Amino acid sequence: MFPFSFEWIWDVGHMVFMGGLWYALTILGLGMTYCILKSVIDTIQGKGGHQH
Amino acid sequence: MKEEGKHKKAKKYGMVINLDECTGCGACMVACMAENNVPFREDESNKLDSIAWMRVYKLTNGKSYPDADICYLPRPCMHCEGDHGHSPCVSVCPATATDYSHETGIVSQIYTRCFGCRYCMGACPYHARYFNWWDPVWPEGTTKYLNPNVSPRMRGVVEKCSFCFHRYQLAMDKAYFEGRAELEEDEYQTSCTQACPAGAITFGDLNNPEHKVYQLAKPDNKHGGRPGNPNVFRLLERLGTNPKVYYISSREWVRRAGDNYLDNEDFAKNYRR
Amino acid sequence: MDSALIPEGVKRCSFGKFAIGIIIVGGVLLWGVYAMLLIWLKGLNQTNMNDFYGFALWIWADLGVIALGGGAFFTGFLRYIVGKDELKNIINYAVLIGFICYSSALLILAIDIGQPLRGWFIFWHANVHSMLTEVAFCLSCYFAVLTIEYIPLILENRQLNKVPFFHNLAHNMHEVMAIFAATGAFLSFFHQGSLGGVAGVLFGRPFAVREGIFIWPWTFFLFTWSAAAYGPCFTLFVTRLTEKITGKKLVKQNVIELLAKISGWTMGTYIIAKIIDTWYWASVTAPALGLNLIDFYSNNPFYGIWILVAEIVVCGIIPSAILLSPKGRSNSTLLFTALSLACIGVLINRWVMVLQVMAAPVMTFENWVMYIPSWQEVATTILPMAYGVILVMISFRYLPIFPQERELNP
Repeated sequence: MFPFSFEWIWDVGHMVFMGGLWYALTILGLGMTYCILKSVIDTIQGKGGHQH
Repeated sequence: MKEEGKHKKAKKYGMVINLDECTGCGACMVACMAENNVPFREDESNKLDSIAWMRVYKLTNGKSYPDADICYLPRPCMHCEGDHGHSPCVSVCPATATDYSHETGIVSQIYTRCFGCRYCMGACPYHARYFNWWDPVWPEGTTKYLNPNVSPRMRGVVEKCSFCFHRYQLAMDKAYFEGRAELEEDEYQTSCTQACPAGAITFGDLNNPEHKVYQLAKPDNKHGGRPGNPNVFRLLERLGTNPKVYYISSREWVRRAGDNYLDNEDFAKNYRR
Repeated sequence: MDSALIPEGVKRCSFGKFAIGIIIVGGVLLWGVYAMLLIWLKGLNQTNMNDFYGFALWIWADLGVIALGGGAFFTGFLRYIVGKDELKNIINYAVLIGFICYSSALLILAIDIGQPLRGWFIFWHANVHSMLTEVAFCLSCYFAVLTIEYIPLILENRQLNKVPFFHNLAHNMHEVMAIFAATGAFLSFFHQGSLGGVAGVLFGRPFAVREGIFIWPWTFFLFTWSAAAYGPCFTLFVTRLTEKITGKKLVKQNVIELLAKISGWTMGTYIIAKIIDTWYWASVTAPALGLNLIDFYSNNPFYGIWILVAEIVVCGIIPSAILLSPKGRSNSTLLFTALSLACIGVLINRWVMVLQVMAAPVMTFENWVMYIPSWQEVATTILPMAYGVILVMISFRYLPIFPQERELNP
């Protein structure tokens, strides 16, 4: 999974497979970070309180 | 030592089993179990969940007297090479717990790495892979007789014949100590080979024309190791597993039993493809 | 008693009735948990698996629930990527069903391995050439996507939504949901496919092996395609079942029919591809290995040619024909029959690609081996179903799953 695992080889298989994996994980991670940070800012700015 | 290692020629250890000589006595199975600390249970009658790295099958030609004929067929792990090391089991293991050695041609099993998904068992058409459904229980006193060179396995992992790899390691250690990089043919032999009273099993390097296995099987190493001897066959040759265990039989029905053929197929022609 | 938690403007049964339901299903769940603990503590000897059946009921259940849970990714794909806006009225339920299916699959996998404490090796020591590695990675990642898709739904609970941060988080997650859904569709394509690849790459097993493109055998594409076809059918099936149990119309007919029609097309084209695949395998692949089609369907007490007919004709061609016809889609009985048949069809497909592969002999001197699961295997397979029912009950009661419910039940 990581380049420091001893079975890791810098070959096409690892680059394509792990590239796809880390790409997906990065999108999910950044997406969630954005959502949480924006929500914190929105909350501080007083949005979203006592609607309905 | 590294220098010596670099110049070593790649080995392809393999086996030739002469089915005309095999009497089905089972000495190979017993020797294998003792040598490799293979666990056993009180009741071994269910062959679907008991472990036998080397298993002797009984084949019949399906005919009645006086044409009835039988043949015993010992089946270790075939140490398939597949296409350049792409053996059926090695390619599927998700945790790299089984590996094909291009140095020896041996398919290893790393017990402490295996997490027991059993995909390799599903991939192996020879049923050469066994799962430890139970923790091994050694009857009192018998632990003294375990082979100290082979690690016993724990519950929940897969195991299989290793071509007595620990013997290879010991032989290599000795050779290095004596300043050699190459082994003599008789320096590394599996326990089943040595135990067979009929001398039906031959073991050696299929890349080495001086070794008996090479002379018996005459493997065409440029074409997936196909046997050159007309009486020699491999199990399930057509699947492309490229096994390193060859069988000799002078009987055509035995050779035919080694693989699947369509009813209308010209066996002699296809067998020699 | 719990009316403050129930979404505004909808009616739910009394808390007592709800609690009794939870207790009954909870009993089944506990039975499954007991079996699961037995297996974890005593090992896989509690099952009827053996050295012929390294893969058995659980792997089938795994493949089955993932195919059925395919409704989540395909409906998400249609809603967010293709832009079929009406599907917003069923996407919540598709996500919930997907979440249940995928969490179940992960749980079953955790029970299925011989050394559960080493389960993380599949990630850490990953062999990128193994289809199972691809399954594990994509499955876990896609489960994360489903969790991300399910969270805003939870946060929309009447009380939770009063908390400003939760309200904002749900809103913001909805805003970027298309990106998550696209990532989910990408991951799903690969893990549904790699599950098909699990069988297709077994070149030592003539019943399973298939040719393909690059590293992917045809089963890779067939599995993705079939999950896209049959997954939404399961979503619709469960929706219909929920409507029957609650006695309420929850999703408008045009939404149901739209998804049914799309399923009909994907299923129809899938079945054509499946027939071509079967024909090619039976006439080229298997004979080259010295085997006839009938060899895989004879000399054993269970697997006859009927299973092929059931999978392709009864549970493939027939439901797709019903779903493709406007009359079939609009007729409640016919639609429900088609959806049921479709679910059975995909389960049969996954069954043969796991169990029949193991059952069929390869060496000429071996015989078919049959297998009957132990009660522990059955209980642990029912366990996720019970868990799913409980999660559906709770979610339906407390979360605004069906946006059209208020309008349809004034």
